[in-house]
Amino acid sequence: MASCPECGTEIELPDDTIKNEILDCPTCGLELEVVSLDPAEVDLAPEEEEDWGE
Amino acid sequence: MKINLGILASRIRLEEKLLVKEARKRSEINLTIVDPREFTWDNSNLSELDVLLDREISQSRAYHIMELLSNTGITLINDFETVQLCGDKAFTSVKLKKHGVPTPDFRVAFDRESALKAVEEIGYPAVLKPVDGSWGRMVSKVNNRESAEATLEHKSHLDSHYHSIYYVQDFVETGKKDIRAFVIGGEVVGAAYRKSDHWITNAARGGESHPYPLTEELETIVSATSDVLGGGALAVDLLESERGLLINEVNCSMEFKESMKVIDRDIPAELLDYTVERAKVGSEEVTQQQCLV
Repeated sequence: MASCPECGTEIELPDDTIKNEILDCPTCGLELEVVSLDPAEVDLAPEEEEDWGE
Repeated sequence: MKINLGILASRIRLEEKLLVKEARKRSEINLTIVDPREFTWDNSNLSELDVLLDREISQSRAYHIMELLSNTGITLINDFETVQLCGDKAFTSVKLKKHGVPTPDFRVAFDRESALKAVEEIGYPAVLKPVDGSWGRMVSKVNNRESAEATLEHKSHLDSHYHSIYYVQDFVETGKKDIRAFVIGGEVVGAAYRKSDHWITNAARGGESHPYPLTEELETIVSATSDVLGGGALAVDLLESERGLLINEVNCSMEFKESMKVIDRDIPAELLDYTVERAKVGSEEVTQQQCLV
């Protein structure tokens, strides 16, 4: 179980979660990045930078 | 033959997740997710890859990694020359114009004063864009000389050196919509309208997808664009105008999660099909070169 670094909500990662995947905290809505699968850990997702895009 | 596929990505969005899930279903693929934050050049095992699919959200990182991996025997999707052309709106437009592919009228200026002259030549309204921007970021519609002067002054105070290159484009009135088409290996696999309440219609800015048919005109101009820019897998943004369809921008690490809602093709599967096919061709070429040596 991962824990939102902002509000502390416990987040269960689905089985098909991929490292570096982006998800929203179900409580505070903050964008999080999965930084580890075992143990499950999330951190604040990096903020948009000027060179981001397609 | 097992294909060693690398997906270059530091941020796994829906597109990357679909690609990873599809790759993991295929027994012929040995998948590695390559996070650019986790290696240094040349302390990596990238040389073991047969093919690298660029899905990196940072265009600077992608640009450098694809350049460093050019001519190393790894097949790159897309080729560095294509990444280079699509990564700069001025390069894209000049190349398309040179080959007769219709685009909105444009100018490229290298100084604030000459940029103002370029805007006046294009006429109002005009659009000022960073040459390397994405998602409609810092794209400005200038309706008169006063707003052009103000926008150019603001640009002159921005940090990035790219803001000293001024890309000016004719504003094409399209009724707050444009078309996104996907071309993979020369085949146009689908297209969708992007509609918005704003004149900037990027999906990243809230543009919503609606069906758009694959017309002969669309397929012809998108195929021509792909040919001119070196092929590969591209998302081509088009504008409807009195002159017919115009190529607005071309993106070489295509985002498709919004468009796929209305396109009846499996874009991640087709992108992987193409990637694997290119890897096989690339491996054959390397083997032939080794035989010649």
